[in-house]
Amino acid sequence: MAMTVHVDIVSAEANIYSGMAEMVIAPAVQGEVGILPLHAQYITPLSEGAVRLKLGNDKEESFYVSGGFLEVQPHVVTILSDTALRAHDIDEKAALEAKKNAEKLLSDKQADFEYAKAEAELAAAMLQLRALARLRKLKK
Amino acid sequence: MASGKEIRTKIASIKSTQKITRAMEMVAASKMRKAQDRMYRSRPYAEKIRAVIGHLAHAHPEYKHPYMIPREVKRIGVIIVSSDRGLCGGLNTNIFKLSISAMKEWQDKGFEIDLCTIGNKAASFFKRLGGNIVAQPTNLGDMPSLEDLIGAVKVMLDAYNDGKIDQLFVVYNNFVNTMTQKPTLQQLLPIKADEEDEKLVHHWDYIYEPDSQEVLDGLLMRYIESLVYQSVVENIASEQAARMVAMKSASDNAGNLIDEFQLAYNKARQAAITQELSEIVAGAAAV
Repeated sequence: MAMTVHVDIVSAEANIYSGMAEMVIAPAVQGEVGILPLHAQYITPLSEGAVRLKLGNDKEESFYVSGGFLEVQPHVVTILSDTALRAHDIDEKAALEAKKNAEKLLSDKQADFEYAKAEAELAAAMLQLRALARLRKLKK
Repeated sequence: MASGKEIRTKIASIKSTQKITRAMEMVAASKMRKAQDRMYRSRPYAEKIRAVIGHLAHAHPEYKHPYMIPREVKRIGVIIVSSDRGLCGGLNTNIFKLSISAMKEWQDKGFEIDLCTIGNKAASFFKRLGGNIVAQPTNLGDMPSLEDLIGAVKVMLDAYNDGKIDQLFVVYNNFVNTMTQKPTLQQLLPIKADEEDEKLVHHWDYIYEPDSQEVLDGLLMRYIESLVYQSVVENIASEQAARMVAMKSASDNAGNLIDEFQLAYNKARQAAITQELSEIVAGAAAV
């Protein structure tokens, strides 16, 4: 039987694959790499593409990754897959959006904020009423 | 004593409330199970990255990433994770209590604070409080993906890179079990050196492509993101668990109320019948 290496493909949201393979082919940023069992320790970022696993008996499985990292130990190969397409400008856009959102929240005097304020005032008023009622009972 | 009809309408209204709370309890229970699954699924990723980072930090003591170097604190960033909706017991209140006591402590020391709020409840609470909110992700819902958080986390990481903030914390509810959720304050940046990492003896080093710094930069960013994601998912599991418990006790209370009102109703009905009977008997005797 051919030698095999344990492969884990994980993302932040799920375990995608775990099992043995004879060879791992992954799209590293500097070109596609093929990893065989007993490969030296190696680490590299991945670019978008397909990760292919040769499972033996001419069987093959492939997974799409949008990026991430490949970590190789002699007996274990780990692929830390990204869940989303990552690029500097996309990240930048998302960050801007989050900032804008916060600004909108702070400038928006109406809506939820008013509701929360009214709720707090209502709770305070209720407490006062209850205290008054208790005082009245005591006087009687 | 209230009349029979009044009591009957009250019982009917409490019964319909009980139906709603019972339905919410069931929905929360099934959502909690899903959230718990997601929580466990996301753990290996963070653990793996942590192991690799620990190794990298050890193999390259000469290259220290800014995320690993503690510096003098002037301004602190806090990511506050809360739920979008209420009706989940003291869950959000506990988070706010913890955040405020921590923030008070920092303010007493003269540190300024930047906030990133996740979830509507935190946003409206800290807005009312007058906190400096710098980022907020939108529309997370019950099944957030890491993608939704990247922007907000990047705002905080950029602030750290630019030296605007010197420490980054996250506050969230740690899911212990269905009955217990523990509000937790966790330091994200600078990354605290793990004692276990120190003990490891390394006889080997990775082959890096293209180079170690680039790998470390990318990994650290993803590590922080995965920690934030983990805390969000954990908070959602906590939210559903807390809601389930709160709704269960609401249904139980409604049941008790119904029993009490039913008793009062029966008594009122019996009294009315007795009175009517005695009136008829008295009338007959008079004739």
